[in-house]
Amino acid sequence: MSAAPQKAKAGAEKIEVVVSAIVPLNDLVTRFEFTRRDGLPFPPFSAGAHTVVEMQDEGRTRLNPYSLMSDPADQSVYAISVRRDDEGRGGSLYMHRNVKLGDVMTITFPVNLFPLDLRGRKHVFLAGGIGITPFMAMIAHLERMGGAWELHYACRSKALGSYADELTRRYPNKVHVYYDDQDQAIALADLLDGQPLGTHVYVCGPAGMIKWVHDTAAVHGWPDENVHSEEFLAPQPGKPFEVRLCKSDITIQVGEHESLLEAMERCGVDAPFLCRGGACGQCETDVVEAEGEFVHRDHWLDEDDHASGKKIMPCVSRFVGTTLVLDR
Amino acid sequence: MSKFKFPESIRSRPVYGTLKPRPGKGHLMIADAEGAEALLDLAAQDTGMFRKAHIIFIPKATGDTYVDRLRALEPAQFYIGPSYEASVPRIRRVLSDAHMGLQVYLAGTEGLMGQAQNEAMNAGIPHTAIQTEHRGSVARRMQCVHCKGITEDVMTDPFVCSHCGLNLFVRDHYSRRLAAFQGVCIDAEDPGNVPEPVELYK
Repeated sequence: MSAAPQKAKAGAEKIEVVVSAIVPLNDLVTRFEFTRRDGLPFPPFSAGAHTVVEMQDEGRTRLNPYSLMSDPADQSVYAISVRRDDEGRGGSLYMHRNVKLGDVMTITFPVNLFPLDLRGRKHVFLAGGIGITPFMAMIAHLERMGGAWELHYACRSKALGSYADELTRRYPNKVHVYYDDQDQAIALADLLDGQPLGTHVYVCGPAGMIKWVHDTAAVHGWPDENVHSEEFLAPQPGKPFEVRLCKSDITIQVGEHESLLEAMERCGVDAPFLCRGGACGQCETDVVEAEGEFVHRDHWLDEDDHASGKKIMPCVSRFVGTTLVLDR
Repeated sequence: MSKFKFPESIRSRPVYGTLKPRPGKGHLMIADAEGAEALLDLAAQDTGMFRKAHIIFIPKATGDTYVDRLRALEPAQFYIGPSYEASVPRIRRVLSDAHMGLQVYLAGTEGLMGQAQNEAMNAGIPHTAIQTEHRGSVARRMQCVHCKGITEDVMTDPFVCSHCGLNLFVRDHYSRRLAAFQGVCIDAEDPGNVPEPVELYK
């Protein structure tokens, strides 16, 4: 037990907010701006941080993480940009369809799993699609402190390039946009070649892009410490399964379209979490007994942990088998 | 035999590894004395990398023992320096011209590796990405916590600060920023009560 005060509830502290602006950017992406209901300034956040937005969707609580994209120096507003995913689990659809101006919502204090390394001499941002959002806050931060940066932003088409025009207009010499439908692509190898010592590269986008950047940088001799990435995974549906939670002394059923973490919460178990996307490590849970196969999907545990069958990240990972007992 | 296995110690004490070839745009190798053997062992794993290598070697007491063998590796650049201090302007110049993808290999005494690591860190390379391999002398570079003066090549514990003359106890507490271990006055409470100096790791 650490000496720090123990929190009463899992997750980061919460803030009640009012939806103060809804700005559709294109067919898929809408920006939501929040102000605080109690009129106090928002807590300051570091660029790259995300907040978890709570949605009350017909009796079901949805908790989705979104990168804060507003200027970190502006404590009067928090903004997120949400890409509608028609095939997703429904959180982004809820935001697009149900959230109205003036609605009261609950979001968490910011948590940063994708910070700038401010020791860096130069920061190269690689964004894919909606992955642009954390870089909006990082750019605002670096502009204020006079940091060296450049952005390489790949998006599907001009019509779907959220913030591409605005960024290009404001920083014409630092922003490079690549449109898939014009067969443009980030020339990654050339880009990594010749960067000054102390350059850090940050990538936010689809899993394939993140892997491409890590792999290419490694081949070019870049230290891992200089390559940063963030990918929030959404829990994937899967076969329902049963779990025994030995500390709570209950047996619960995990449905096809809910995560193990969500099932625990539904049954009143106060399980720890922060990112809900397999990245932060907060929900790591010990396995007491298991007969079956784990479906590990997180970025937190290493391969040995996955193979050991002793740990699971309930936010994104599942189980197929007869018996699963967790130390929760 | 130039290898020495340091006993386990506090977390602050640096831990050295074994040099391994890594992919990179260029390879900066800085070694002193028996550290040359670590570079020769590296070459046994991959000779091709030396075409892009810059070796900065300070022979110290080893004189010509390793020079011909290092030269035979045909590095792109080979510099032999009379002392670490004399090689610093060259190291800084190489780092200021370098780009991401440069690999740094340090071998030899702790004082050399610590100071060269510091230069590489200041140039923007994370210390965890810098490879090191200890060879040769276990002498330490010590900082007196009282006068802040540095005493090089300390071989005994306790030792006398070369700046202020206090009797200093050799600690494993290390500073990456200073590239030095901490030396603390051993007879502050009872001046003159100084234990007999013992050679390090004897």
